[in-house]
This record gives sequence, C-alpha cells and structure tokens, in this order.
Amino acid sequence: MRKPKVIIVAGPPACGKTSVMIHSIKCLQRLGIKTAVSKIDCLATEDDQRYAGIDVPVIVGLSGDICPDHYFVVNLEEMITWAGGEDADLLIVETAGLCHRCAPGIDKALSVCVIDSHSSIKIPEKVGPVLTTADIVIIVKGDSISQAEREVFRSRIRRINPNADIVEANGITGAGSEHVAKLLLDRKDATDLIGARLRHPMPTAVCSYCMGEMRVGTKFQQGAVYKMDFPCGKGGGERLCQKQ
Amino acid sequence: MSKTITILGGKDKTGRPEPIDSLQIESGQIYSIVGFTGSGKSQLISDIEQMAQRDTITERKILINGQSPDYSTRYDPDVKIVAHLSQNMNFTLEMGVKDFLHLHGECRGIKKSDSLIGEVMEYANTLAGEPVREDDILTSLSGGQSRALMIADIATISNSPIILIDEVENAGIDRRKAMDLLAGKGKIVLLVTHDPLLALMGDRRIVMQNGGMNQILTLTDEERKAEYLLEGFTEKILTAQNRIRCGESLSVEDLIYIQEESLC
Repeated sequence: MRKPKVIIVAGPPACGKTSVMIHSIKCLQRLGIKTAVSKIDCLATEDDQRYAGIDVPVIVGLSGDICPDHYFVVNLEEMITWAGGEDADLLIVETAGLCHRCAPGIDKALSVCVIDSHSSIKIPEKVGPVLTTADIVIIVKGDSISQAEREVFRSRIRRINPNADIVEANGITGAGSEHVAKLLLDRKDATDLIGARLRHPMPTAVCSYCMGEMRVGTKFQQGAVYKMDFPCGKGGGERLCQKQ
Repeated sequence: MSKTITILGGKDKTGRPEPIDSLQIESGQIYSIVGFTGSGKSQLISDIEQMAQRDTITERKILINGQSPDYSTRYDPDVKIVAHLSQNMNFTLEMGVKDFLHLHGECRGIKKSDSLIGEVMEYANTLAGEPVREDDILTSLSGGQSRALMIADIATISNSPIILIDEVENAGIDRRKAMDLLAGKGKIVLLVTHDPLLALMGDRRIVMQNGGMNQILTLTDEERKAEYLLEGFTEKILTAQNRIRCGESLSVEDLIYIQEESLC
C-alpha cells in the first residue's frame, strides 16, 4: 500500500487553518498531487464538508474529553494507513490546537503553523512550541494591518523561529497559497513515522480532574497538582509559607 | 533595489494567451490596474508578489532587472518586493508613533533611526489633513492620519521596491502628493482601483479582462484635463461632506455651481 507524506498543520482555534489549506490543496490538485485530510477537533467540526467540497478524502476525529494532541498522536499510525488506502500522496493532519502548552509536531514530518496576525501580533511568543518548532509558518489575515506592523511581526517570528520558512497567505483570496503548496511539496519528505519522535512533550495531564473528578476543592485533588504562587498567606494555602 | 520589473504574459481564464505578452515597468513609474471585479487584478498582483515563473495559474513570468530571480530572492521571506497599502488596513498595536517607528527601523536593521523618523513624521504631516504627533498612540489615529503615516513609513523605512495601493479613499489624505512622494523615492507604484480619479493618477494603466492583461493605455493630455475636472468634483463632494458634518444644509445651487465651474 502507498505511504503518504505526512504534514501536520496546527495553530490557534479559528485562525484560518482550513481556509488556507483548501486554497493550497487546490494548487496541489492542479499539479496532479492527491491529498487526503484528517481533521482533529474536540467537540464538533464542519470543516470536513469544506474539504469534501473540493473532492478531498477526509476523515474526522473528535477527541471529546481528551486533549486533542494526545488523541492525534495516538491515532496517527491508523490515519496514515487510511490515507494510504485512499491512494493519497500527502496526508494533511489538521489539529485542533487549544492550550498551546505543547505542539503536535513530529521530528521527521513536516510541521506547519498557521498564525493570525491580529490575535498574535503583540506576543507571537504566546503561541509557544507550535510556532517555535514549525518548519513553515503561515501568517494569515495580514491584509488588514499596516505594512509596517506586518514587517515587525514577521521579524519577531523570525527571531523566535530562525529556521522556518515564513509565508504570508490570504485564506479568502488564496493569495500566497501557491507558495505554500510548493513548500508542502519540497520540504521534508518522511513517510514512515513509526519510531519517529515528538518535537515537544505532550502536556502532563494526570490530575484528579483528568480522571473524571467533578468536585471542587483541595481535598479532592490527587496526582500532579500544581498550585499557583500567591504572596505569603494571601492564597490561603500553607505550601508557600513553608520558608518562613 | 530593483530598477525594472518585467511581466511576461501568460494565459487568461479561457486558456488563451493574454493580449499583452510583455510589459516592462521602471522604478518611479505609476501604473494603475483597472477592470471589473473578477477580471484578474488581484491575481496579477499575486503573480508579481510571488515572482511567478510560469508556475501559477496564469503561467506568467516575472523578471527583475531583466532576469529570473534566483531561489533565495524568490523565497527568502524577509525579501518582500511588494509592500501593501489598502483602505481597510488599520494599526493594531497600542504604541506611540515614535516608539513604533523605532521598532520598525530596528526590524529593518536600521541602527540610528532618529533622523529617519523625523523624515517620516514630516512626510506624514504633509499628506494628512490633521497633524500626526510623535507621541500619538497608533490605534487612536484617525483613518486619514493612519493612511498618511503608513505611506510615509512605506516610502522611508520599508525597503520593498514595489508599492501596491488598493482603493485608498480621498478623504483625509492628499493622494496626489502621496503618489509623487512614493514615485520620487524610486518606488514602482501599482494602483488597483475602481475610482476614476485614482486610476488617472497612473502614468499608464493596465486594463484587465477575463483574467488577462488586455490593454496598456498611456495617460493622454485630454485625460490630464479630465483628471483636473474630476478633482474639482471630488473637492466639491468633500466640501458638501464638511457642510453636512458642520450641521449645515446643502442647496441644489451648490451642485449646479459644481457643473458650471467644471464645464468652463
């Protein structure tokens, strides 16, 4: 069976990942490249219909109560098998991207970060490892901020991720998508990911609430429980006053 | 900085070769790009911006100084040959004008930007109807002030050789002076517009049709007169706008006066 090249696309919710991917996939279709898409979301998605609308085989994974990045990596091998069965050259995995504590990137696979110049312009750093570990950074919605701010934003991204290709794209008009398509084809070409490593550790999610605890209060909390720092005595806990 | 951009024609939407098969634009020239919605204006800009090499949907080829750009010129994200300015752009950073210009200068590798900032402020104030001050906060600037500052910044700090101007309204900014400033700095200015006055500010205009470059027209002497008349109309519309803002009433005579004055 065919082994598709895997491309992982991440970025903040509602930043425009699907729109920019749809334009880029259309460019790939013109080059005769067959793409399959796996869309990982938490609760619900309609993006599968948008992909299906351009004749792309698409499969949806809803992670429900589980962190979507965990869910993604647990299901990756099966997604690759599925895409191979669809005779795809490329498998684009579009992840939900929520807390930005971690990143879904895998060392051998091409990792793409889509970032909204409006929501992230002040502190691109807050997007975290999704941005800093990406091979390709796609800046969207730059058409409604000033040229000067675009240049400043680009330079900040360059500073925190010196090696990525940075592309500006427009999810509405499709401008920039030809460049994105070229990069998706040209950069990194890994098809066998079994044994490959995550670029960043997944979040430690082993507290009582991960296990279904519903009650609020310290006495119900077990496992890896991290409390915030408060000025001594102000948070009510005893832990932070131990020094005195 | 690039001196010439050459656009080698590709195909229109029906796959036929576009009527204009080669167009060379020199630095300091102003071209307007006109045509109905869907005629291919945005795609033309996009082809120029990504320095297409027969690998976009139109199959156009772009040459810089007569040559194909090398790989790094084409794909280095820090080399952008087109800077943009459009009516729906805003400043979004909560920062003082001077501080921001410093920051922008730094990003462009300009170490001592004080004199440059003085230049930007001076240009911005030549273009804007209301003064722009160094300690104004970017997000609190009016539309006219923002546009003026964006143009002054593009002319001075940004190093892109091509400036794309997409439908910039006349209100609050002197567009003629803006064009002259940019062209005077050796920029190639491309004006994408449906506004006849803005279209006539180009030395030449590219008429788009069905996805292809259909005609290149040079501004005629007759059109220079027409531009002058259109400016008169626009002036009167602005006067009318101001009267309404001031709480005054408009009379039909004001409009008749426009006609008489324009036709004489």
